[in-house]
Amino acid sequence: MSFNSFAEFLHMGGYGFYVWLSYGFTAALLIILVINSKRKEKQLFAKISQRLKREAKLKQVAKQNSGKIKQEQVNPETVNTDQFNTTQENKG
Amino acid sequence: MQLTYRKAFKTILVRDLTIAIRHRDDIFNPLLFFIITVSLFPLGIGPEANTLMKIAPGIIWVAALLATLLSLERLFKNDHADGSLEQLLLSPCPTFVLVLAKITAHWIITGLPLIIIAPLLGVLLNLHQDSYLALMLTLLIGTPVLSLLGAIGVALTVGIKKGGVLLSLLILPLYIPVLIFATSAIDAASMNLPYDGQLAIIGAIFVGSLTLAPFAVGSALKVSIN
Amino acid sequence: MWKWLHPYSNPQTTYNLCGTLTPWFAGISAILLTIGLAMSLVFSPPDYQQGESVRIFYIHVPSAMLSMGIYLGMAISALCALVWQMKLTETSIAAMAPVGATFTAIALFTGAAWGKPMWGTWWVWDARLTSELILLFLYLGVIALHNAFEDKELAGKAASVLALVGVINLPIIHYSVEWWNTLHQGATISKFDKPSMSTDMLIPFAISFFGFAFMVASLICIRFKAEIIARNSMRPWVKALAMEKEAN
Repeated sequence: MSFNSFAEFLHMGGYGFYVWLSYGFTAALLIILVINSKRKEKQLFAKISQRLKREAKLKQVAKQNSGKIKQEQVNPETVNTDQFNTTQENKG
Repeated sequence: MQLTYRKAFKTILVRDLTIAIRHRDDIFNPLLFFIITVSLFPLGIGPEANTLMKIAPGIIWVAALLATLLSLERLFKNDHADGSLEQLLLSPCPTFVLVLAKITAHWIITGLPLIIIAPLLGVLLNLHQDSYLALMLTLLIGTPVLSLLGAIGVALTVGIKKGGVLLSLLILPLYIPVLIFATSAIDAASMNLPYDGQLAIIGAIFVGSLTLAPFAVGSALKVSIN
Repeated sequence: MWKWLHPYSNPQTTYNLCGTLTPWFAGISAILLTIGLAMSLVFSPPDYQQGESVRIFYIHVPSAMLSMGIYLGMAISALCALVWQMKLTETSIAAMAPVGATFTAIALFTGAAWGKPMWGTWWVWDARLTSELILLFLYLGVIALHNAFEDKELAGKAASVLALVGVINLPIIHYSVEWWNTLHQGATISKFDKPSMSTDMLIPFAISFFGFAFMVASLICIRFKAEIIARNSMRPWVKALAMEKEAN
């Protein structure tokens, strides 16, 4: 222990300003770097999940649309196949 | 048709020189920039002869660096724009030879005029009379290094839209050793001291960059062209 | 012999490895830095010449050493990237450059803050400070070049070429600056002359150095993970991870 009191510790034998300035600057810069590094990945994941949601929505809309079209156009066809199936069953 | 290396080198050299001579601005604009920058310094610092004599080598060399930097962008830009750079890279001749030819052409277009005009600027800045030979010699060995190292930066930034400022950020730190040794050689000459040591180091840097830089330029171009 | 390395060319494996390593590195660094800083700030004796200002030494020198070490690491990655075409080593350059630049800035700032009471001015063109400044320029060049490319894969390749060119030039720059400094040495007295470090100083120095080193390692791991994600955002495993993160 090279200091007797807390005031002496802050004073640093007259060099307090420079010592605390450099320690403070270092701490500030490192904290900024840590936060920045951590946030980067989080932001990327947020972006990706946003994109995934949008894609899923688009897919759903596309499916619904195509489903509607199918229902409108394909209905007679399904009837036909049903008839075909029944005929097959009859044959069997 | 198979080209020998020497023929390929010559073809590209002549092509680039012809293009430069047809667009004379490419030669004169950096030179004009060089002269104007140098003549700004006495206006900013004051016309006192002794001060000017002291700072002349540094000013001339820094201005030469900036002038080279200004002219570098044209090294690959037009070829990249019209697609001939891709053709060059696709040719069976090794990129080393092609790149070296282009750099040589660039040096002849920008380096040589700088060397020729530098003594004139030395007069403007009241350069010490014993320093003229050293100034010419350092420029003669140093400017090829500037072209070689600069070509790496241009090759890296040629695919980027606003590469000009980026280029200076990439290249200027690499120019520092040449600047240090060149100016100290000129200083030594003004004090009647031998300066062959500094010249030898610049020569070593020149030889080193001559052998290594074209490889770096080649791989950088491959990245940029993709 | 190198077979153990092969699985790590898969981004997912490396991502998971970084994920498991990060807390360890961060924990070790937190412990070491706490001990090291306590020792260097409170328990180490003041220097007989420089008094208490010597305490800046315990962050200035480790960050200066690390800033050069990270550049060397970047250059090794660049060499691997260019010679063996390893995609992940290109990615790691992007992760290392900002960390290295930060530590260079710390070394510069603390050097200036140390120089003010020692030399009387904030900045002298001391050989080490000057080469540290140039190192910062080189780092900023790599970062700027990497940011300039839209395509991150091209960006990694370009940055690796530049890092290699830089590392070849760095010793030349360093020695030329040193030589230039001795040539123009006027009133400046090099206060950073290698003092024969006593064990009282060596132990806190070593502990804080390793503390910072582990901090660098954990930061690089975190950034490396982010860079991997950025480059593989279309892969199914990344999508699954994103869903998982979303659910939490």
